[in-house]
Amino acid sequence: MLELNHISYSVRDEGGELGILNDISLTIPDHQLVVFTGPNGGGKTTLAKIIMGLVRPTDGQILWNGTDITALDITQRARRGISYGFQQPPRFKGITVRDLLSIASGDSNLSKDRCCQYLTRVGLCANDYLDREVDVSLSGGEVKRIEIASILARGAELMIFDEPEAGIDLWSFARLTETFEQIHAGGKSTMIIISHQERIISLADEVLVVGAGAIQHRGTPEEILPKILADTLGSCPVMTKGGDGK
Amino acid sequence: MMDTEVDRELLEKIADLVGKPVGAFNIRKDSGCDGRQSTEHIEITGKTDKAGIDIRIKDGTKGEQCHIPVIITKPGITEMVYNDFYVGTDCDVDIVAGCGIHNCGNEDSRHDGVHTFYVGKNSHVHYSEKHYGEGDGKGGRIMNPQTVVYLEEGASIQMDTVQIGGIDSTKRYTKIVCGPGAEAVITERLMTSGQQSAESDMDIVLDGADSKGRVISRSVARGTSSQRFKPCVVGNARCFGHVQCDSIIMDEARIQSVPEIAANCTEAQLIHEAAIGKIAGDQLLKLETLGLTEEEAEDCILKGFLA
Repeated sequence: MLELNHISYSVRDEGGELGILNDISLTIPDHQLVVFTGPNGGGKTTLAKIIMGLVRPTDGQILWNGTDITALDITQRARRGISYGFQQPPRFKGITVRDLLSIASGDSNLSKDRCCQYLTRVGLCANDYLDREVDVSLSGGEVKRIEIASILARGAELMIFDEPEAGIDLWSFARLTETFEQIHAGGKSTMIIISHQERIISLADEVLVVGAGAIQHRGTPEEILPKILADTLGSCPVMTKGGDGK
Repeated sequence: MMDTEVDRELLEKIADLVGKPVGAFNIRKDSGCDGRQSTEHIEITGKTDKAGIDIRIKDGTKGEQCHIPVIITKPGITEMVYNDFYVGTDCDVDIVAGCGIHNCGNEDSRHDGVHTFYVGKNSHVHYSEKHYGEGDGKGGRIMNPQTVVYLEEGASIQMDTVQIGGIDSTKRYTKIVCGPGAEAVITERLMTSGQQSAESDMDIVLDGADSKGRVISRSVARGTSSQRFKPCVVGNARCFGHVQCDSIIMDEARIQSVPEIAANCTEAQLIHEAAIGKIAGDQLLKLETLGLTEEEAEDCILKGFLA
């Protein structure tokens, strides 16, 4: 179980202290699929990074399976079963797809069959990709899918995906949502997915709308999707005015 | 041959040799010959006018290896060696060179070598060369290799050079002249640390029509070490040349990368790229999220980069 208690994160700039996240508390039970959604700049990615240790909160406490992990670094959290799929994954000259999957799995002799399983689940063929370097020769969509495959290879207890659909074509996206459904049905991992896609939101056990550094709404997809739509239209004065038109 | 643990370790490091090599070989140790073997198709003979050997590979020799490692295990040795390779027509051979220096003394150990290849029509040579130094003495470990290659029509060479570490000073010069349809592919891997310095100059001359030249140089400079690269590709005919230099700079190291292309023919198509940068922070973070420590992540990135 993941518990965030009174998490705040602020940065200092010329204008003084700027709050990015303000006193967020939430609990995510084991094996749940939770989607963070909300407007750009609302704090979703920062919140996810705080869970992985990529960003240190200025206040608050993080408990993972009952243990306080607030002071642990990224590596220590990774070794305790937390993983993170980056929105914009880095590229590596000289490191092949097979190398990356081997590192992720912790098995330096990861078999081709296993690699193939992970790559197939993101719509890639092992024969075409295993020996390719994860460098600029790959497209943004390919790197993104390899990133997701690395999280599958890691098989962590908590999987965090930051906008996994970004840069992925429609056909691969369908395959990806199936993969998320399968992981969820497998009941071994807790998933946090940052997404704006209705298809992914609809897979969630719970949806959290993160905006202005706080959790603005939380509930089931059926409860939240209409609110998102209402907020989206309601926040635009032109749309509201034109939409009413009466 | 391979008398001591030091010999065995050096030979394994520089030439992947464990036990007596298969095929033709010449092992040079402390300025003397420590073992030599010719085969039916590859003849190795000592030079009579200066230090070095001649390697003659008969026409049509395919799938054979030739090992010619050099090891220096005593301090204070300075040598200049000339090895000439005469590769016949229609050959396909692997030549494994390399030099290892173990210096426990206070005097410098220095190996300068000139390898000259004459590669016959339609022959392919895979030439690999590893340099490695070790030992806790104050004496320098110095290597200055020169490689000169003449490729006849349709001939090709793949040259892989690796300086694994432990060499205090190196000045490398490589010259390859390509005839019609000939192709040269050079990959250079270099790591320097401490106060080491490395320089690598190259001239790839694309003389023949439809010749190709490709240089891929990757290096890592750590500590206060310094590196300078100056690969030059000259196109004198309808040809294709590509130079790519990538370096990772760390600590207080210095790197100068000066790729050069020169065309003397309107049909020459030449490209150069060069990049120097530190390890990107997001690369380290990604590997840390996969359970590696920062140090392990750094090693993994460098190992991959220099692989």
